[in-house]
Amino acid sequence: MSEDRHINFKILRDQILASQAKLAQAHGHPSATADGTDLAAIMANAVNAGVSGGSPQTEVNNTKEYWRSLDELADSAEFHEFVLREYPQQAEEWNDPVERRTFLKLMGASLALAGLSSCAYQPPEKIVPYVNQPEEEVPGKPLYFATAFSLGGIATPLLARSNEGRPTKVEGNPDHPNNRSSDPHGSGATATDIFAQASILSLYDPDRAQTLSYREEIRPWSAFVGEIRGMLNGPDGNSGLKAKQGAGLRILTETITSPTLAAQLKGILTDLPQAKWHQYEPANRDNVRAGAMTAFGEPVNTIYDFSKADVVLSLGSDFLAALPGTLRYARDWAARRRVTKEREEMSRLYVYETTPTTTGASADHRWPVSGMSVYAYGLFIAIGNKASPSSLDPEKVWERRRNPDTGRTGIPVNEPEFEPLVNDLLHHKGASIIIAGDEQPPVVHLLAHAMNDALGNIGKTVFYTDPIEANSVDQTQSLRELINDIDAGQVELLVVLGGNPVYNTPLDLKLDPARLGKVKLRVHLSQTKDETSAYCHWHVPETHYLEAWTDARSYDGTATIVQPLIAPLFEGKTAHEVLAVFTDNYDRKPYELLRDYWRTAGLVETVNGPQTEIALLSDAASFESAWRKCLHDGFVPNSALPVKSVSVNPASISQSMAAISATGGQGNSAYELVIRTDPTIYDGRFANNGWLQELPKPLTKITWDNAAMISPATARQLGITSTMGRKGGDIYVDQLTLDYSGRSMTVPTWIMPGQPDGVITIHLGYGRQRAGRVGTNQGFDAYYLRTSSAPWGGPGLQVSKAAGVYQLAQTQTHFNMEGRDLLRSSSLEEYKKDKHKLREESEHEEKELHERSMYPDYDYKNQGNGLDYAWGMAIDLNSCIGCNGCVVACQSENNIPIVGKEQIVRSREMHWIRVDTYFKGEAENPEGPFFQPVPCMHCENAPCEPVCPVHATVHSAEGLNDMVYNRCVGTRYCSNNCPYKVRRFNFLLYQDFEQPLYQLMRNPEVTVRSRGVMEKCTYCVQRIQTAKIDAELEGRPVRDGEIVTACQSVCPTEAIVFGNVNDPNSKVSRLKAEERNYSLLAELNTRPRTTYLSALRHPNPEIE
Amino acid sequence: MPQIFRHSTNYLARATIFGAIFILLAALWVTASINRSGWNTGQWIERQQPVQFSHKHHVGDDGIDCRYCHTSVETAASAGMPSTSTCMNCHKQIWADSPYLEPVRASFKTGKPLEWIRVHDLPDFAYFNHSIHVKKGVGCSTCHGRVDQMPIAYQASSLQMEWCLECHRNPEKFVRPREKIFDMEWRPQNNSKEEIAQGRDLLKLYHVQGPNILTSCSTCHR
Repeated sequence: MSEDRHINFKILRDQILASQAKLAQAHGHPSATADGTDLAAIMANAVNAGVSGGSPQTEVNNTKEYWRSLDELADSAEFHEFVLREYPQQAEEWNDPVERRTFLKLMGASLALAGLSSCAYQPPEKIVPYVNQPEEEVPGKPLYFATAFSLGGIATPLLARSNEGRPTKVEGNPDHPNNRSSDPHGSGATATDIFAQASILSLYDPDRAQTLSYREEIRPWSAFVGEIRGMLNGPDGNSGLKAKQGAGLRILTETITSPTLAAQLKGILTDLPQAKWHQYEPANRDNVRAGAMTAFGEPVNTIYDFSKADVVLSLGSDFLAALPGTLRYARDWAARRRVTKEREEMSRLYVYETTPTTTGASADHRWPVSGMSVYAYGLFIAIGNKASPSSLDPEKVWERRRNPDTGRTGIPVNEPEFEPLVNDLLHHKGASIIIAGDEQPPVVHLLAHAMNDALGNIGKTVFYTDPIEANSVDQTQSLRELINDIDAGQVELLVVLGGNPVYNTPLDLKLDPARLGKVKLRVHLSQTKDETSAYCHWHVPETHYLEAWTDARSYDGTATIVQPLIAPLFEGKTAHEVLAVFTDNYDRKPYELLRDYWRTAGLVETVNGPQTEIALLSDAASFESAWRKCLHDGFVPNSALPVKSVSVNPASISQSMAAISATGGQGNSAYELVIRTDPTIYDGRFANNGWLQELPKPLTKITWDNAAMISPATARQLGITSTMGRKGGDIYVDQLTLDYSGRSMTVPTWIMPGQPDGVITIHLGYGRQRAGRVGTNQGFDAYYLRTSSAPWGGPGLQVSKAAGVYQLAQTQTHFNMEGRDLLRSSSLEEYKKDKHKLREESEHEEKELHERSMYPDYDYKNQGNGLDYAWGMAIDLNSCIGCNGCVVACQSENNIPIVGKEQIVRSREMHWIRVDTYFKGEAENPEGPFFQPVPCMHCENAPCEPVCPVHATVHSAEGLNDMVYNRCVGTRYCSNNCPYKVRRFNFLLYQDFEQPLYQLMRNPEVTVRSRGVMEKCTYCVQRIQTAKIDAELEGRPVRDGEIVTACQSVCPTEAIVFGNVNDPNSKVSRLKAEERNYSLLAELNTRPRTTYLSALRHPNPEIE
Repeated sequence: MPQIFRHSTNYLARATIFGAIFILLAALWVTASINRSGWNTGQWIERQQPVQFSHKHHVGDDGIDCRYCHTSVETAASAGMPSTSTCMNCHKQIWADSPYLEPVRASFKTGKPLEWIRVHDLPDFAYFNHSIHVKKGVGCSTCHGRVDQMPIAYQASSLQMEWCLECHRNPEKFVRPREKIFDMEWRPQNNSKEEIAQGRDLLKLYHVQGPNILTSCSTCHR
């Protein structure tokens, strides 16, 4: 740009100071700086925000309505010190211990190199064309292939991008039935969860096992095949396992939904009837299965239709973040709550939960409880009493109590909110959902089924199908049988296909080295050499899903094809290949197996649909064309499991109620332990994935660690405190000793607002001993306290404060924008009342500020090319569920490095988009947190631009705030002047330029940044340019929705919308025209292109 | 004590001070010249290739169209390098046993690709797209020079940012009718008034973006 558009900062500053002084007088507190004209302040008057609580050693009352951390709420002195600095004290120092001699050596060497590098003559590069160019391959143009990522057996359908044969990014497959829009003209969703996004990093993990090995010695595949075949046939050909009908052969897998793999396993079990197949994974769904078994007598799979639900009651279910089908559920749920000018309706969400979840954060009413079954029981009785007498006829008695000590006595509770809640549910018969969390005991699931039945939801919002697992078993029981057989010395050959049982089996059923020693030969198939591999003779490196053919079922049973994009990088083998060794055709390839399965069994399986293509095919040629379509689309059409009609067995309910009462009384004054999978590294399998390790946990914003979550009241009771360090990301927390089921361990704590009192939550997945260079020895191992009888925790925990403090790295307080009007939320009622006023006020304010500016605006509406693009983004805070998907997707798309715990402590994380969390109200049971994704605002009056001495950040004609890496000299003035704190500086060389595997992973369309360079969100400018060029080659303007940024693409709730703000009909313009639209820090007149739509809640007026 | 310097030394000192400006300017000029020289930019340097391929022969003498080998120049960022099989389309028949073509035949037989030396190498932070330039009326020879007269390919332009901006600021000086894109003999630059007027018309006809868009940083840097 030829000229900078400067802002008259002095006038602005005076104005802000004046308004702050005015407000301070009004509130009688110097720190209240919220703008009095906005919605938040209107509400602030309504809410008496006097706070007692907070960090126990710094209890201060103040008038903060929204807060991000307890330190902020308490307004401690450390916090004040902290917010005054862009980077906190000592965060920028280099205080690694470097000796003087080393320092001099380094300096000498770098001086010499600096001198040399200026004269370096770049060696000529090479161009290596194909010998025979593949038909569709055009160098520089990515290709997309349908495939799928599986977690817990459940497939997430994907479309993976391949740049010159290297998979570089995954997105959801919009053609897959799970992702299709309910609107026939709408495009399908491309959302994925964080695990699928980050899986691309696991493919290029340098710690992956690279060769097949026998006791750490490299062996060829043929040696392995020889050994197994020898074992099967015996030395003389007929005395092996085969002769014994497979007795002594045990195969341990994780949850298997793959029809092909299951067919192989069943084939082996038919040939070797004495062999056994066990399934176990730590985050299993045994409770869901047991609940269904009790209710219906068969292990059905439940699927929900949130697009038709007006009232949702979650009993500990985190259905917005962690459930099979969560992406679809979140999308439908958010669509039902999207308030526009035309549609001012929202569904309502009630949540009872034993530990804070992102679902609870998005709820209209949230109650932290301990002991879910008594609440489920109480609600069930309340519904039974209110509903017209159904076949269920529950007991008509209840007791009314709300005493935490007696709340867990096994007697159904009745709470004041039950009456209005149940009325609301009954008012929406057939349009409500009651959903129980996977971790809740079976009886809660049973009661949820019964309540859905009583409310007439079954067949309308709740559907049952056969289980999607190929062989649904109680996994804990399955593991127990295996352990019993091993102890009895009946196992000769144990084949562990995937999973890490040495690490993650429960205490009493631990597959420990001593037990494994009783098995003559152990084989482990896994991607990395982990704890289990260390105690197995043979280790077979496993292929990544992007390297292998297989299939899996998605949450509704749709058979989804997993297609490789790249030949195995190492000598990887699939489970199909390992299992094939046990059959007579032991060298069959996965693709043959897959294709043959669908040619034979597939014909039978897909007969249901009348338009089914494969079913009608008998000759090879027509199968081939239909099969190719399956591969192209990524799924087998019409393979979703048919809906079943089942009914709740009334007898089961009275039996279970008796059982609850019988086990009553176990709740005593002791604490309750809650165990959950980790929100970012799951059950530990992603421990070596740096993107997920560094991803701040959605609610606590802790990175690289797990901590025991306790409520502020419990913390006070135990004398637990936390102290902010001086580097910004370092929080020093007290430690707790947990005594549970005869074991004791010391863990760091995290005071979590909204945690139920007396409940302590720990997360699985950390404390890995052999995860790799990223994940080894991070955090503590929660499996140490996990037993098979209480896999998700239970009462009877003894807790005491331990000595010492622990340093946690967390991003919650980083890049703080303290005290300003940043997050807006209101109830639907208030919104309806105030909306016009809101709009007028913000427009008036903007106009007034705008007039103060001394410089004329750039005319984005008349760029002289007839196209007049002006890129902008709108983020609907009402839809954001804090899943963090955008953070990982951005990292993957834009080649963003990870920095490590030590650098996070110094506030040096590199994520271009962060998700801020704001609690509202009191510390004990706050509302929220509300989530606010913050990318670069691309301000029209960008404060970063005039301060750059080298013009490294300038405005583009289309209104992008461009960052030019090759000009940047690293003064960091821009970051200092950015009021949104969205700029990230490469303090050190965070990118690994040496590791060839990472070079394969990078997006070639985005510059890889080196040390000393500032970077920030570009609105995915590479995607903008690609779309613009494509449009111009076709001689048309860019269509609305053609440019999809990485964060927008991954968002399950479509909260982020990008487009041309000059086009009044674009989706983003329509959103920006909503009354809820507001700019962050509008008072600075930066005129951000990224704007927000305020969050809405829809509380039941009859409650409280 | 006698003076060390004579009085006339003052003139020398004055001249030196005055001359310093020229010395400084000269130093700057030398630096700029070195920076723009072929030594720094790689301009004019003929690269020896694994095969003694002559563009002069194939384009100039045989009249083969650029797009026969550089297939994706109209559709993708990269113009595309011909696969070995493209060479062998003709050289199965003609010059089938020429010793010059031994590396090509070897590649075709063994499946091991030829490794050409890159002649035009942009820095990694600059993103150039052939297709859009071709679509908007920038001819091959404008940047690549008279390829039909190059026995050995060399870089005809400096490829420095000022060179890019010369056209991005004044595209009317360089555009040509689309049907002349692959015409090696078309004038590389519009100089006369009429030519420039024709260029302006073409800008309108081809919807070429204005200099405000073309000189925005993110047009080329991502």
